[in-house]
Parts: sequence; structure tokens; C-alpha cells
Amino acid sequence: MAHIEFDEGLPGIRGALAFSPATTKPLCELVEVLLRGPHTLTPAEREMIATYVSSQNDCHYCQSCHGATAAEHLGGRASDYDVISQVKQNYATAPVSDKMKTLLAIAGKVQQDGKQVTSDEVAAARRQGATDKEIHDTVLIAAAFCMFNRYVDGLATWQPQDPEVYCEIGKQTSRLGYVARNWKQPLQTIAKK
Amino acid sequence: MAHIQLSQELPGIVGPLNFSPDTAKPLLELAEVLLRGPNTLTSAEREMIATYVSSQNDCKFCQCSHGAAAAEHLGGDYDLIDRLKLDYETAEVSDKMKALLAVAGKVQKGGKQVTSDDIARARRRGATDKEIHDTVLIAAAFCMYNRYVDGLATPQPTDRDSYREMGQRLAKEGYVRPRNPSLEAA
Repeated sequence: MAHIEFDEGLPGIRGALAFSPATTKPLCELVEVLLRGPHTLTPAEREMIATYVSSQNDCHYCQSCHGATAAEHLGGRASDYDVISQVKQNYATAPVSDKMKTLLAIAGKVQQDGKQVTSDEVAAARRQGATDKEIHDTVLIAAAFCMFNRYVDGLATWQPQDPEVYCEIGKQTSRLGYVARNWKQPLQTIAKK
Repeated sequence: MAHIQLSQELPGIVGPLNFSPDTAKPLLELAEVLLRGPNTLTSAEREMIATYVSSQNDCKFCQCSHGAAAAEHLGGDYDLIDRLKLDYETAEVSDKMKALLAVAGKVQKGGKQVTSDDIARARRRGATDKEIHDTVLIAAAFCMYNRYVDGLATPQPTDRDSYREMGQRLAKEGYVRPRNPSLEAA
């Protein structure tokens, strides 16, 4: 049971977003800019950073939602979902670019603590072509998911275990994004059950 | 030196906020709603939660700037903020605040560390659902701000006077205001 009273049937962050509209607006605007705004990193790549950090924070809901969204951005095939599993298990051997591997290394350090990021890691990312904006955004995406993960887990929100639920969330989110959504609306897949 | 090219005169989070206006807007709006929006917790109390979490994360800039904002909301009581960071159980804050700071401290370590007992204790001391929600989100948000500031290795002043000035401005004007180098210096 969640630590505070949420509307029934809203999983993960959705219960909290519906509970507090005043904070939901900037939270959703932030995630929209970070993960879907104009960028040299694709939405799939930025969702991967969010997914990796959420998995390091052991947040089931966030890693499943953003993992599915990343996979749907890649095409939504079983092989795309497999890429995301590989990134979570060991990004060094996953089929992502060398630049992405250096950015994921920075994100992993931010997850532990900001001061863990070293000049060597930043230099390695630059050698692979990472720009100041890409490094900035990697740090902020990682930092933001240290917030979202704690928000979701710190209120003990309901987190479905059925992978099908997250596929639907990934399909919707890759298409519709994060702003101007009705977070009070229960998910179709859950409503059917 | 910062990990990316930021204006060296701008302290802490101000550099990255200027570097990236698109993300600065929601980041500042979030801080404004959480720390200064209508609430049954005072701004001083909410700044205390931000300060405590930032000190647990060992983020110099955030604990000093928000500590100064909290102190200025209280008429300049910097001693209370120092005591709160050292041991909030013996600081002169309400029993409800002590229970909420315990929840915030758990969130800082990891969301799943918050137990039903922690929540029940806050409720017994009068905390509402909104107060518990906001405490969790303030603590979570400062786990973001702290990592943003430290993860880019931003320059962070060490003298108390710089932070006193920031605290006075934050307590008076808040977080959503024009932000560019020339205005910062003014």
C-alpha cells in the first residue's frame, strides 16, 4: 500500500502526479525537454540513460517504463527490447555507440554521487565526440532520475509486475510524450484485467 | 574547473542554469512551488528539509544557499540551521518537523528506505498527506539538484558572506526571476 492516499488504479508516478498538479507541471516539462527536446542525442539514447540510472537505483516502475519507451523509439521489436536489457545488464558490451558508453559511465557516477564524476570520464566522452550540451544533459538526466526514482519508491507507489503494462506505457509515451497528458486516466491494459 | 564550459563568475547551479535555459525554467518552477508555494509547512521549514538533504549529500553550494534562505526566513537564525544539520533531534524544531526530516533522510539514501513506521510517526505528530508528499518530493528533488551542481564540478564559494547574500535574495524574491550574468551581479 502506498504511504499516502492515491486514486485507485494509477501505477507508479501516475498516482503522485494526479495527487499534486502544481508540482506535476514543472516535473513533466523537465522530462519532456530532457528526453524529447531538440537534441543531437536521439530520444531512444536519452531514454536509455534514464533507464540505466533507474535500474541502478533499483526502481522497477521507472526502469520498466523508460526501458519500454526507449525500445519503442527503436522500433518496438523483441530485438529492441533486448538491446535495453543488455544496456541495463552491461552497457560496455551492448550494441550502442562508443560515445553512448562513455555517457552511460558518467550517468552511472552521477547516480552514486555528483562528486564521483572525474575529469578523465568527461575527457573520455569528449574523445568520442560528446559535446558540452550532451555532457550537461547526461548529468541532468541522471540527476533527474535520482529524483523521479526516489519520488516513486519513497511514496511506496503501486508498481505492476506484468511486462505487458509497460509495453503499453512505452508505446503511448514514445508517441505522446510527457506534457498535456491526463495522468488521472487508468491504463487500458490494467482496466481490462 | 567545471566539467563543461560555464561562466566562471557564476556560483554553483547558476552556471548550469544559464548554460541551459530550457531546463532552467522547469527546474526553477519546481523549486518555487516546492519551497515557496501555498503550504501548511512554512518556507523556512521546507528550506530546512532542502538544507538537511543537501548536507547529507555533502553538496556545499546547496546546503549553504538553502541554509541561508532558511535562516533568513527566520530573521537570520543561522545557528539553528547549523544545529539542524549536525543533529536535528536536538535542534529547536517541532516534533512534526523531526519526523519529516527523518523521512527526508531516508529518501536521500533511497526511496525504498522509507518505512510505514516512519510515515506513521509523522502522522501521529500531525503530518498530512500533502506534507508527507512534499517532504518526499523536496528530498528527492535535492538529490537531483545536488548531483547537478556537483556532477558538473561547478565553482562553489567557500565564504559565508556570499551565501548570506544569496539567502537574503532567495528568501525575498524566490526562484523564478530574471536570471542572467548582468542581473546576477546587480
